[in-house]
Amino acid sequence: MAETKEKSLSDKKPKPRVRPIVRLGIFLISHSFLVSVVCCTAGVLALFLLPVLAKNTYISENALMPGSASPMLSNQHVSDGNRLVKDLTNPNSKSSETGIESHKIIAQYMLDLGAEVSFHKFHPQMNQFHPLHFFSSPDSGKIQENYSCSSYGINTVGIIRAPRGDGKEAIVLVTPYNALKSGFGEALSLGIAYSVFSLLTQVTWLAKDIIWLVADSQYGEYAAVAAWLREYQTPKFSSLSTPNAEMCPDVNNLFELKGHSISGSKFSNSFRRAGTMAAALVLKVRDQNEQFEDTISIYAEASNGQMPNLDLINVVNYLAVHRQGLRVNVEKLWSLLNSSWLKSLGEIFESLAKVAKSLYPKWKFGIPATEYVEGTATLASSLYYQALGVPTGPHGAFRDYQVDAITLEISPKFSLDKVWRNDILLRGGRLIEGVIRSVNNLLEKFHQSFFLYLLTSPSKFVSVGVYMIAFALLIAPLPMVAASLYVDANSSSNCSKGDSSTPSTITDTDELSIAIRSWRWLNSAKLVFIVHLWGAIVSLLPYFISQIPDCSPTTSFMIWVLLSILSLLTLNSVLASPLACAKATQEKEWAFVKSVTISSVFIGLGLMSVINFATAEIGALLMVPMCLLARPLKLDVRAGTLRSFCRMICNLVLGHIAFPPAAFFLLKGMLDGFGNANVGDFWIWVESLLAWNSATYLFIGMVQLPCWVLCVSILFHTC
Amino acid sequence: MVLLQRPHILLLLIGTHQFLQCWIAFGSFNEEGQKQEEFSEELLLKPLPDHKLLAHFHFQSSAPPSTSNGCHHHLFPKVISQLVQKFRVKEMELSFTQGRWNYERWGGFDPISSSNAKPPGVELWAVFDVPQHHIDASWKNLTHTLSGLFCASINFLESTATYSTPEWSFPPASGNVRYGTLPCEAVCTENLTPWLKLLPCRDKAGIALLLDRPSLYRGFYHSQRLHLTSTESSSEGIDSGIILEQTLTVVLQPNSERAVEVHASEKHIQPSWSLSSIFGKQVSGRCVLAKSSSVYLLLDRGLVAELKFPNKENGKSAANGLTSENVWSNPSFELSANPDRIFLEESSSHSKSLSILYMFQVEKCSESEPFDIGLMWKVPVAWLCQQTPLHASRFLMGSGNERGAIAISLKSTQFIEGFMSANSKDGSCELRVDVFQVVPWYVKVYFHSLRVFVDQQPRAVSDIIEKIHVSPSKDKMSPGVMEVVLKLPCRVNTAALTIEFDKGFLHIDEYPPDANQGFDIPSAIISFPNFHASMVFLEDDSLSKSPLLSKFQEKCPVMSYTEVLLVPLTTPDFSMPYNVITITCTVFALYFGSLLNVLQRRAAEEERFLKAKAAKKTGRLPLLLSMLSAKLRGRRREPLHSPPSSSSFINSKLVLKVILVAGLAVGWQYFFS
Repeated sequence: MAETKEKSLSDKKPKPRVRPIVRLGIFLISHSFLVSVVCCTAGVLALFLLPVLAKNTYISENALMPGSASPMLSNQHVSDGNRLVKDLTNPNSKSSETGIESHKIIAQYMLDLGAEVSFHKFHPQMNQFHPLHFFSSPDSGKIQENYSCSSYGINTVGIIRAPRGDGKEAIVLVTPYNALKSGFGEALSLGIAYSVFSLLTQVTWLAKDIIWLVADSQYGEYAAVAAWLREYQTPKFSSLSTPNAEMCPDVNNLFELKGHSISGSKFSNSFRRAGTMAAALVLKVRDQNEQFEDTISIYAEASNGQMPNLDLINVVNYLAVHRQGLRVNVEKLWSLLNSSWLKSLGEIFESLAKVAKSLYPKWKFGIPATEYVEGTATLASSLYYQALGVPTGPHGAFRDYQVDAITLEISPKFSLDKVWRNDILLRGGRLIEGVIRSVNNLLEKFHQSFFLYLLTSPSKFVSVGVYMIAFALLIAPLPMVAASLYVDANSSSNCSKGDSSTPSTITDTDELSIAIRSWRWLNSAKLVFIVHLWGAIVSLLPYFISQIPDCSPTTSFMIWVLLSILSLLTLNSVLASPLACAKATQEKEWAFVKSVTISSVFIGLGLMSVINFATAEIGALLMVPMCLLARPLKLDVRAGTLRSFCRMICNLVLGHIAFPPAAFFLLKGMLDGFGNANVGDFWIWVESLLAWNSATYLFIGMVQLPCWVLCVSILFHTC
Repeated sequence: MVLLQRPHILLLLIGTHQFLQCWIAFGSFNEEGQKQEEFSEELLLKPLPDHKLLAHFHFQSSAPPSTSNGCHHHLFPKVISQLVQKFRVKEMELSFTQGRWNYERWGGFDPISSSNAKPPGVELWAVFDVPQHHIDASWKNLTHTLSGLFCASINFLESTATYSTPEWSFPPASGNVRYGTLPCEAVCTENLTPWLKLLPCRDKAGIALLLDRPSLYRGFYHSQRLHLTSTESSSEGIDSGIILEQTLTVVLQPNSERAVEVHASEKHIQPSWSLSSIFGKQVSGRCVLAKSSSVYLLLDRGLVAELKFPNKENGKSAANGLTSENVWSNPSFELSANPDRIFLEESSSHSKSLSILYMFQVEKCSESEPFDIGLMWKVPVAWLCQQTPLHASRFLMGSGNERGAIAISLKSTQFIEGFMSANSKDGSCELRVDVFQVVPWYVKVYFHSLRVFVDQQPRAVSDIIEKIHVSPSKDKMSPGVMEVVLKLPCRVNTAALTIEFDKGFLHIDEYPPDANQGFDIPSAIISFPNFHASMVFLEDDSLSKSPLLSKFQEKCPVMSYTEVLLVPLTTPDFSMPYNVITITCTVFALYFGSLLNVLQRRAAEEERFLKAKAAKKTGRLPLLLSMLSAKLRGRRREPLHSPPSSSSFINSKLVLKVILVAGLAVGWQYFFS
């Protein structure tokens, strides 16, 4: 290569040698169109290839040893669990309107096992949007003034101390329970947890303490777990004259348990702790189910696309499938399952794989088309929930404190006879027992397996090394196109000027003009900066709008849109509308704007891929084609060729799709049907993103929206 | 009168002498001269409220200060005396513990829990009788010696980063103390066997016969302790009398509970037990070398109060020697053997009821008639053990790998109520609490961030803390030590201390093998100097004073240990040596490659060479490459440096041929396999 380049240049004059990497860069920039087309296609293709490239999961940490011990949970424990279920579903226990009775029953059961029991009272804390609070660690919560005795929740916590353990670590088992309107499923989940708990009080192999948290879910499952965790990790020692929950008369009834300090286990109202949490399992039983099999669903996504260690999912999957004979599924986008284009794509991949295999028998990468479709649906939901940044269950609260946690939802095939109930208690209990035993075996915390992965089925995953490729291919053309645009714009204006001036006068005046010209991009950078500033303002607006009392979602949304437009106009007028003055001077201005926009999008996507990969991936799918194709419509109309016509159509379509609310409604329509789309939905969605401190919100407000505005401004550029 | 009485005294003397002969240690040789080497073995059993049983073995050997025997001993373990002489140890305590002492259920106020409840792992402290600058050297040697003696990694305490020098808060208050703990040390039989070797009869005879390993290690708490004090004689420094106290405290679950549990109605009855059922062994005879060999059964204050003995007078009379039927065979429980003696506790100000101690002599038993005692409960009894004035617990706050905080929270137990009236004469009574906390250097504690909360109100540090001593940690050199004396109001309900820290970074070779587990912060010691855990039993004669009982009478302050904490630190990815090797090799290759390139290049000559080459015919491969690059660029190939068009033609033909052959092969493979 070096020599060829040398030769290609040698005909003009002996130029200094250019470094190969620089030459490669120049080469790529000069062919940016081809490169971007190839890269984008390859990126999208690689995304669709991910289900094919998924590997089977394997248990990476040797210490886990799932299923190596035979389960000890016997029918004795199951009947204990059944007893609790009966007592809880007994209509007598529901007589009191606050549901304190059932908490007492649970506490009494725990006490009888010799566990340490305490109640944790909490006030449901409203999720609030804190600007610039996205990445800070969770604090101990604000002291709210208007606590009342009417609204508080009670978590019942039982702790088994490991007989010979040193108490440094603990495993948490969470069962959400709403005492006021509990379904049979919740009672059943308590029964399963109780049967495991009663077993664990007797076993000798326990090395970590076991915490069983019965989370009061009347204010939401997440809120209860989060409140307990907040008290566990960052307790407040000072209560500044706020009415405490202890002062409420109802709560004091709690402590009048029939605690004759039987078997020495004393009940106390102080908050009890065990050591550092090693892992947490949230157990739920679904009430009604139409499936023909006992299935167990795993929910793993926590806030901002964080995932628990893959080993935890592996252990659950292994034990459920190979030991307890339960079917495991992770969430899918069901609408994708029936799509025909996906099926045909799967068939193409399958036949390709067949051909490859017939050529060389060791190439075995193909998967059946149905499996491909299912894998894609799972992958899509995995991407979607990670991108949303909203936890899919109470386990999300644990991830905020770096504790690996998952939610297991057992959905039994429904029937009412006792045999079935015992069976589900036994199998569910044995599954939980096995998982706890595995985690108990761990000497170190979970660190062996992956934290960055996408699931394509419960037993298949795509690791970060593979899924990065698709994203990297998608965003790779951005800097090249930006550079080539810049170079083109610079040189074209250079040429036009060079023609007018005689060759002899290309001296010091030209030097100056070159210097001025080389700084011309600053104008566009100013524009891009202003638009991004506007984006920041727009993303701060909902905080203030949400302060307005009695505002329906639709009106809030309208206020938001109005304020946004208003602020854009004011910003544009105040900060010396750069577009206008640029227009006057340069005709190639749009190229500069596009170049700077693309660079900023590249930076934004790159940053976002570190914070939440899935958001960046979906954002890239939307924004990269729009950025690359953006071109003033006037130019296309003027050209009038087929190519420019196609480009115009693409631009218009993309310009609509990439607008965040439009993209939201499109996605929603695809998932739920377009029938009940409402403008207010978007506001509700944004509010939920805010409430969960999702970084996706920041991404939309500060990267995607400005990018869209800039692209639209390019489209309607007058040149 | 005097003359008349003398024969009686003589007779009495002879009588007592005879009496002594039969139960003083056999190792005594010269009775008339100085004190003898003595050994005594005792076992104390105590039912605990949560259906468990505490067994406390107490072996004590003592060597008198004598130069006459040189370095020879009859009973006393030679290694210990050598160790004491070599390192000039004044006092030392080494404990191996597995499990946690449950202060809430098993009590924290009696002498057993206060001196035998130890933090998990190994704890060692020693007082040296050497000049200040020799202490560290002595400590290091001592740790290595003990490490070899007890098959434990006590030698890790050698480095200055692991041990500390408490100034005044640690109970044997003196400047020559060194204190170190290994919280993650696993304790097992390999530590017990060398410990047993120090006993004259090992575990072959006497009470130590009960130490059946499986039943011991099945227990809920297991702590073996070795405490030695050398009392220096006045004349010479070297010659000293040594008292070696070996205790083993276990909390066991009597087996019979399973059988009882079946009947739900009888679930709350305490399980009945006997020595043979809990240890699986029986004592077939005492250790003949032991001066005294006895088993005690202690019913503590709370239990006695619950039992409601028919009347207290009977108990009193029992203490006077009359074995009264209704004391040892109560309506609520039954003993399988008659106690030889019964001791009643001297009335103390601490509580209304008194504990009762039953004593059984082991010496009466034989091979055919092994010693065994049992306790059978008839009715359910529930009681509470005496608690420490404040229940201490310690925990970590915050999350993440960057910073956190340690919190020590103290909660009042109801027990303190009874005390206040005794302590507060002038209305404003104060409760003194000493906190001793060692923090490893990689947990960088900011002592200025110490905050105190009393009854949920933040208080100024100077109001509550009477005295504080802090020695900040030095990186890789010494741990941080904090000694605090708190003065809390007696009516305090809750108190909390918080202190913030940053997590440090370790060098890669400083990580232990299982670094991802996290790092331990050793237990803090909370002691209450105002309160003394002692039990004084009414005894009729001083001769029968057993070492265990005299130990009980010592006034030691109430002490409790907090939990060990686990701090997760940032750890590098150790599982990637391959990556490290690869990247290192790449870097080296790049570096040396470019270096060599620069060194051997001659720019002028190269240019000349290139020009010459351009004039000549070029090879095929570069030509092909130039074609490719030109094509990709979309420019016309310069005709200048592709003069022989035929060669390029051949090249493209070649490429075509290759593609054709490959396609044929693929087709063949596809259709015919």
